[in-house]
Amino acid sequence: MGRFIVRRALFGLVVLTIISFAVFWLFFVFAPGDKAGNFCGKNCTPERLAQIRALYHLDEPWYSQYWLYVKRLVLHGDLGYSFTNQTPVRSIIFDRAPATASLALGAAVIWLSLGIPIGILAATKPRSLRDRAATIFALGGLSIPTFVLGLVMLYLFFYQLTIHGVAFFPGNGYAPLTENPWEWVKHLILPWFTLAIVSAASYSRITRGSLLEVLGEDYIRTARAKGLSERRVIYRHGLRSALTPVVTLLGIDVGTLLGGAIVTEQVFGLQGIGQTAVQAVINGDLPIIFGTVLFAAVFIVVANILVDIAYAMLDARVRLA
Amino acid sequence: MTLIAADEVAEQKGGGGKDPQPTKAIEGRAPLQLAWARLRKDKVSLACLGVIVLLVLVAIFANQLTDLIGHPPNEQYRDEGLQPNGLPVAPSSFFWLGGDEVGRDVLSRIIHGARVSLLVGVVATAFAVLIGVTIGTMAGYFGGVIDTFLSRTMDVFLSFPFLLFAISLVAVKGASLRISIFVIAFFIWANVGRIVRGQVLSIREKEYVEAARSLGASDLRIMVVDVIPNLVAPVIVYSTLLIPTAIVFEATLSFLGLGVPIPTPTWGNMIATSQSTYLQAPWYLLFPSLALFITTLAFNLLGDGLRDALDPRAARVLARK
Repeated sequence: MGRFIVRRALFGLVVLTIISFAVFWLFFVFAPGDKAGNFCGKNCTPERLAQIRALYHLDEPWYSQYWLYVKRLVLHGDLGYSFTNQTPVRSIIFDRAPATASLALGAAVIWLSLGIPIGILAATKPRSLRDRAATIFALGGLSIPTFVLGLVMLYLFFYQLTIHGVAFFPGNGYAPLTENPWEWVKHLILPWFTLAIVSAASYSRITRGSLLEVLGEDYIRTARAKGLSERRVIYRHGLRSALTPVVTLLGIDVGTLLGGAIVTEQVFGLQGIGQTAVQAVINGDLPIIFGTVLFAAVFIVVANILVDIAYAMLDARVRLA
Repeated sequence: MTLIAADEVAEQKGGGGKDPQPTKAIEGRAPLQLAWARLRKDKVSLACLGVIVLLVLVAIFANQLTDLIGHPPNEQYRDEGLQPNGLPVAPSSFFWLGGDEVGRDVLSRIIHGARVSLLVGVVATAFAVLIGVTIGTMAGYFGGVIDTFLSRTMDVFLSFPFLLFAISLVAVKGASLRISIFVIAFFIWANVGRIVRGQVLSIREKEYVEAARSLGASDLRIMVVDVIPNLVAPVIVYSTLLIPTAIVFEATLSFLGLGVPIPTPTWGNMIATSQSTYLQAPWYLLFPSLALFITTLAFNLLGDGLRDALDPRAARVLARK
């Protein structure tokens, strides 16, 4: 197990190196035009141009630029400064992380508690009316783009309620949990459900498929033959191994979302990592783009490693290679 | 393989004419004919196929259709298309689906938007499938070091913070139709590759591959003649499910202002611009969203039906209980 984790972690480092290099290449080598000029942004001054040239060692060849960038990042955890407001990228990311984390984790709780039961209901009576209903829910959810559902939610629950005198949901923004938990919940309910409904669809689908497959296995027949109650067969014996693909998907989804739930944050005006990244792209604020891509990649890589470990622990059949 | 065997038996019986009382000629059917026969009984899938054919026709004849309506997609009707207070006009006999924020016909723009959505969806999926099948087949067929290298490459692609990296790429290269297609194909091919590799791993152990090899067939010949034709069913199913993913991705890029640049109408950029007025002009949000939803739903439902039709094993799992 220890060796396995070390190997996975090493591969994770390789992936991060490749991604950081790809991002670097994209902005420093591939991007057309004068790099310092691109980085300087809209209100550029000659002093700042010179400062940027020095900061990013733009007069040196690209490989030493990359090396210096990585060295600064690894040794000092320094991601550079935003060009629009001169704030350190690291502190911007840390400021915005709580909103993104609240959104991602809260939504995950909701989509699991929607998706898994729907999947079980569908799988325990295949081809029944409730299975059909679950399929319709799943395919509907899979087909509706997040931003469309978000805007519809806003229209129904923010606008229509507000003009009818029930101003319950705020239209946008984020309220920190530590300041006012109730406001935090109110600001997050619509984004949570938007994200959760879209995701619950695939979770119900996967739970159904995997549970159906497991319920056809011999050991389930044995459990039934032993005279165990159907409830016990499904929940104790079936669900345990049926949930492994759900765990895989959950890890990857949460990992991806923690790096920025771009669309949901954008629709609901939540000041998270994703919105920061989109703003940075629109403003051409390259250090922030760079920082957020790396930050998101770290989460995805770590999530992948955790998923593999969880997989090995949940499923006795997996051999660690 | 059993299907082809049945085919041959049928031919022998029919051709030989030794059967004393041919009650009914046994028809030989190729696997795809069998699948089509199964699909024909599935009303939902047929309806979806109908919707998709209709959409393709709408996209091809977009110019003729908008000529028929008499409202080119980019023509601004300042007098008829806007209310005196500057808000879009509601659906009427003049604009069947209402107007947008500068007095253009929403219907005409939806018709032209279908072009972008379908073009990006189909072309990006085609590229992704081409790359995915090539790489996945090679990884699965050769195994060993080649497999390790190619599989790890796919892992790296799957670890990229997909949307973030895509918007960064668009930010550097500038938004265009071509870059949208490229970005989408670039990030979804690894999903195809992974599935294909898994399939090839089991196909390569089959007797007919062994037979081909002992007859002295080259690796390339075995891959093209024996392996890839057996991937047709899963690849058709998966492509049908990838097209809506690509369409939603394009719409998301457009929604974030990073897709096909305006004034070309796309469903995504229509939804994005509807955001400023949709509280007063909900139809402007509703109709492009519906177009997007119906399209993705049709592809998803068809993909589901195709899976049942092409992979009867899935049905058997269902019937077991």
